[in-house]
Amino acid sequence: MFWFYLERVLGYWPVLLKGLGMTIGLSLLSLVIGVAIGFAFGIIRAGRNRWLSRALGLYIDLFRATPFLVQVFIVFFILPVIGIELSAFAAGVVALSNMAACFIGEIVAAGLKAVPAGQREAALASGMTRAQQMRLVVMPQAVRIITPSLVGQFVLLIKDSSVVSAIGLLDLTRAGWLIVQSVPNGLLVFGIIGIGYFIICYPLIWLSRRLERRSQAAFL
Amino acid sequence: MLGGLNTRVMMEYLPEIWQGFLATLFLSAASFAGAMVLGVIACALTIQPLRWLRAPAVVYVDAIRATPLLAQLYFLYFGLPRLGVVLPEMMIGIIALSLNSGAYMAEIIRSGILSIPRGQVEAGMSTGLSYLQRMRLIVLPQALRTTVSPVIGQTIVLVKDSSLLSLISVVELTRAGQRIAIDRFMPVEGLVATALGYLVLYYALKSAAGAWQVRNSIPGRG
Repeated sequence: MFWFYLERVLGYWPVLLKGLGMTIGLSLLSLVIGVAIGFAFGIIRAGRNRWLSRALGLYIDLFRATPFLVQVFIVFFILPVIGIELSAFAAGVVALSNMAACFIGEIVAAGLKAVPAGQREAALASGMTRAQQMRLVVMPQAVRIITPSLVGQFVLLIKDSSVVSAIGLLDLTRAGWLIVQSVPNGLLVFGIIGIGYFIICYPLIWLSRRLERRSQAAFL
Repeated sequence: MLGGLNTRVMMEYLPEIWQGFLATLFLSAASFAGAMVLGVIACALTIQPLRWLRAPAVVYVDAIRATPLLAQLYFLYFGLPRLGVVLPEMMIGIIALSLNSGAYMAEIIRSGILSIPRGQVEAGMSTGLSYLQRMRLIVLPQALRTTVSPVIGQTIVLVKDSSLLSLISVVELTRAGQRIAIDRFMPVEGLVATALGYLVLYYALKSAAGAWQVRNSIPGRG
């Protein structure tokens, strides 16, 4: 019986493969955009302009406070009201990269603040401009501090990408949902889907733990 | 954009939103209790020395952490009936949320216990305290102080994650907001009401974590 179901599920390999491709593509694209915006957010949050930092903090808090599912619905259903019509894929990328940017922004800000003030003062004393201080002295050290949490954030991003299946995007979770409609064995179908996610995420979790151990060793 | 918000409809649906809010509160509280129990057990199993007891706990934590909650939820929702276990959706949701958060709680508690410097335990040994006394008087009080904030952080994640239960037709805050969207074709009003509900819970938990941090931080250790 098990083999019969397994054969039927694996008969849907084109759907599974398409879902896997969508999950990876969506996550990677959102990751690149999210990291770029997130670093900008972080620099503003840790920066000297207090009002700009507070306004951005409020914006970030809004997206940290609400469930990602609600954010996906907001992008998909509210943006059209103000005249921005997005495809399901574009809506998924916007929602996912926006949320990633908010979380990464706070991580980057914390990393920048963790760099001792003496480093910046030394850079200032050697005549660097503010951009040079950031690029050559502060940011490289901050990146070293935040790398483990960033990798952890990537894992969350990949997992959160499953939520966009709610607006009909054919990702790995949606593929499982479609297959389970005709192969009535949820344990098997979502077991296979789970293995798919595990293969993508586990190496990253492992990497994050390893980096964390190494960075702790560096600071001892 | 917010100027066009139909507050009359929002008020009309206030009882339903309130019901949804209470449901989210209940789901989160029940799942939190389950997650803490699972987390303590899984943590205890991972830090004890017997390999064959450690393995299942490690597999549990890693399997949960490497897969999305939605897939876990569907796994139980479509899978349990297969095993002849028929439960109401709400029960399935609480089980899935507890299992999911339990793995993260286990990691949080474990890192709290492991963060106690070895010297503290050794100092306890040299003053002649037994294992249980060392745990009760030295390790756990310190571990608790550093653990509470991340536990509240995970609880915030748990509250937000409970919105996914709307996808297996559990009526909670997200689902209640969708009622306005579906009945009245007003997605904006529904989503704004929903988001406000989660904001209240978020700020309540966040300020609780902050207050705890202020009162209980260990000098010199953050």
